[in-house]
Amino acid sequence: MAGMHKSEISNPLINWIDTRLPIFTMMQKEYGVFPTPKNFNYFWNFGALATVMLVIMIATGIFLAMNYQPNTHLAFDSVQHIMRDVNYGWLIRYIHQNGASMFFIVTYIHIFRGLYYGSYKAPRELLWMIGVVILLIMMATAFMGYVLPWGQMSYWGATVITNLFSAFPIVGHPIVTWLWGGFSVDNPTLNRFFSLHYLLPFVLVGVVGLHVAALHIVGSNNPLGIDVKSPQDTLPFHPYYTIKDSVGLCVFLGVFAAIVFFVPNMLGDPNNFIPANPLQTPPDIVPEWYFLPYYAILRSVPNKLLGVCMLFGSILLLLALPWLDTSKVRSAKFRPVYKWLLLIWVVWVIILGWCGAHKPEGVWVILSRIGTLWYFGHLLVVLPLLGKLERTLPLPESISRPVLVGGGPLPSGATAKPMEKA
Amino acid sequence: MMRALRFVLAGALVACLAAPAMAQEETPVPPPQQWSFDGLFGTYDQAAAQRGFQVYNEVCSVCHSLEYLHYRDLTGIGLTPEQVKSIAAAITVPQGLNDQGEPKDGPATPADQFKSPYPLANPLQIGVTHTNEPADRAAHNGALPPDLSLMVNAREGGANYVYGILTGFSDPPAGMKMMDGMNYNKYFPGHQIAMPQPLHDGQVTYADGTNASIDQMAHDVTTFLAWAANPEMVERKQMGVRWVLFFVLMTGLTYAVKRKVWADVHH
Amino acid sequence: MAESAASTAQHGHPDVTRRDLLQLVTGATAAIGVGAVAWSFVDYMNPAQDVLALSAVDVDLTPIAEGQGITVLWQGKPIFVRHRTPIEIKSAQDVPMAQLIEPQPDSERVKAGHAQWIVLIGICTHLGCVPLGNKPTDPRGDWGGWFCPCHGSQYDTSGRVRHGPAPANLALPGYAFESDTKIKIG
Repeated sequence: MAGMHKSEISNPLINWIDTRLPIFTMMQKEYGVFPTPKNFNYFWNFGALATVMLVIMIATGIFLAMNYQPNTHLAFDSVQHIMRDVNYGWLIRYIHQNGASMFFIVTYIHIFRGLYYGSYKAPRELLWMIGVVILLIMMATAFMGYVLPWGQMSYWGATVITNLFSAFPIVGHPIVTWLWGGFSVDNPTLNRFFSLHYLLPFVLVGVVGLHVAALHIVGSNNPLGIDVKSPQDTLPFHPYYTIKDSVGLCVFLGVFAAIVFFVPNMLGDPNNFIPANPLQTPPDIVPEWYFLPYYAILRSVPNKLLGVCMLFGSILLLLALPWLDTSKVRSAKFRPVYKWLLLIWVVWVIILGWCGAHKPEGVWVILSRIGTLWYFGHLLVVLPLLGKLERTLPLPESISRPVLVGGGPLPSGATAKPMEKA
Repeated sequence: MMRALRFVLAGALVACLAAPAMAQEETPVPPPQQWSFDGLFGTYDQAAAQRGFQVYNEVCSVCHSLEYLHYRDLTGIGLTPEQVKSIAAAITVPQGLNDQGEPKDGPATPADQFKSPYPLANPLQIGVTHTNEPADRAAHNGALPPDLSLMVNAREGGANYVYGILTGFSDPPAGMKMMDGMNYNKYFPGHQIAMPQPLHDGQVTYADGTNASIDQMAHDVTTFLAWAANPEMVERKQMGVRWVLFFVLMTGLTYAVKRKVWADVHH
Repeated sequence: MAESAASTAQHGHPDVTRRDLLQLVTGATAAIGVGAVAWSFVDYMNPAQDVLALSAVDVDLTPIAEGQGITVLWQGKPIFVRHRTPIEIKSAQDVPMAQLIEPQPDSERVKAGHAQWIVLIGICTHLGCVPLGNKPTDPRGDWGGWFCPCHGSQYDTSGRVRHGPAPANLALPGYAFESDTKIKIG
């Protein structure tokens, strides 16, 4: 009996469970009283929204899987069966289909928050890196999910992207054959994509658990980017942020509902309403919108292998961000030059996305190349230099007492922690 | 272009840069029409959809299948179950195998899939019966008349495009060389379409007495096909109004609670 | 906390504050929303429209000679359709109710004017096996109806249980005569 947890909870049934498996005490600690900076803005809602989206995707996905047939002869038909004959099948399908887009929108905004407020900086480097892993798993899941309806874009998108791996010398073609399970995207490919598409979201639940655990060790960042100094800087997560997240959730679900019920095919491609035909390539092969910037980067380089490396590099490079950005100041609020450069970088990512939707010719190639240069230049050149050269604004003393202290670039060799310069 | 709408922020900037460099699109965009199903509160004009079904049945079904629809679905355009039963019974469809193991035909029931002009053998009647492609192509000079169940969704421009194609036939402009068996169409990409003009004035005698001009038939059959592609639309939009209002209400309520909870925190 | 104390003093309701009412309304509205969504998922698992449409089957009676029976599949269940001989009909009609494990007159188990046709759900009411008796080579039990090989239950020519362990008569599907030679089951 020594070492057994002694639960403080009053309800006898809950206490009995909690003594043997302290999940309730854990929930109280991590989501009840957890000290959270009191100055969050609504950007801090987006992590919670992403978790909600993961749950929605898993729930709708499980139900769709009750009717979906992962066979090339039956897949498209099974989706039509869901849409037409299964009760509320159209609703579950549209929620799942548009939910993928919503999941990426909230995740991209969540990432932007991290970039703007320096949430990737020490001591949150591992938290950030786990986040990049989450993004990669999301992309793999979404890519495979899009293949499942077996429309023209499903098939040809899969063909183009799996073919990328042939760019690697020597091992390239064997890898592709191994991925396909055959000599082209066909039934073995569809079957295994279905299996993995069902699996990865549960892997994602685990990685999100690690992400939250890593966060709870170091505590949340905040819009000022300065450390929490005392309990006066914080509020218990419940009820302050549970209710605030609920507001954000209602706004988000309202937007989600408007899309699902009124324009459910707005973000999709008409070509995917045509059953896959290996003998006929659609005039434009375009991935879903959330992949477009990377698609533009891929096609901006005439060399196949280099293009593939830059495609994967554009995301893998984000892993190194905590070390690429040399600034000691976290929040863009106090980094006037960084703030504008970041916003311009975001505009270029959007422009790259626009380019990805067009054929790689004429002005689109030119823009893609500039955009790609800017994307990598920002990360590899601008950030390392800016940290050394930028004159930052003076930081407040603390979250609850925003008295300004210090500011400007650090003298080299400074050892003092920059957040406590008083 | 639908895809362009997703990047509104960069749109203005890029458009200024890109406009002079963009090549002129050769195929014109079909002009937008007024549809009963447009907008947040759109519905399917059932009279038009029923006339459109008549056009499909008498004209289009000769070449085009509608394989994802069943006769029982027709109650969705306002036909009664009795009308549906008699419509189906008038159509002969494959009905599996007889006792000698040979394929047999019989009158359709509401449970049956819409008759396909060139059905692939499906003796056990499992799932969807698809078109026998080689037979279909052989009958049409190598061209394959596509299934129409999802056509309104499967083309950029949707219903406007389908209407444009149906009304866009004419003689080719002077100097244009048409390939063998092809027909000139204003809105079809490349202007050469294998389908000959399908609609002609007065071709169908509408049960409700409406004048069957080409425009009228095109409008009606497009309405029917829009329903065929999205039969759940009316229920979906009605639910949408309720759910969006629900979330507006919930936002208001949660925000009010949030203000109360946060009242003692000085920002 | 000062605010709620003040409102308590104002309204004299120590347990119910304005904030609690608002929270209650918010929570209740949220619960309604969750319920509506949950119903969509539950109904999703109900039989789909194509399954419901195939809930009836037509049977042509002309090939079934007197004394013979066939088995057709309806909603996944075996249905026995037997063309009874006059002897079989009489023996079914003449049984005193007291002798039956589950008393039911034969007239309630056939359609008026069509006593020669008996239509039954061929699932033994004991534990669900399919009884024998339709094929000419099948054993029919001591009452000339059906015999269940699993645990020995026996049914008469009206499908009534005469020997257990089955507790009840063979069930009747809903059916109707479309003509003298065609029935629609379901």
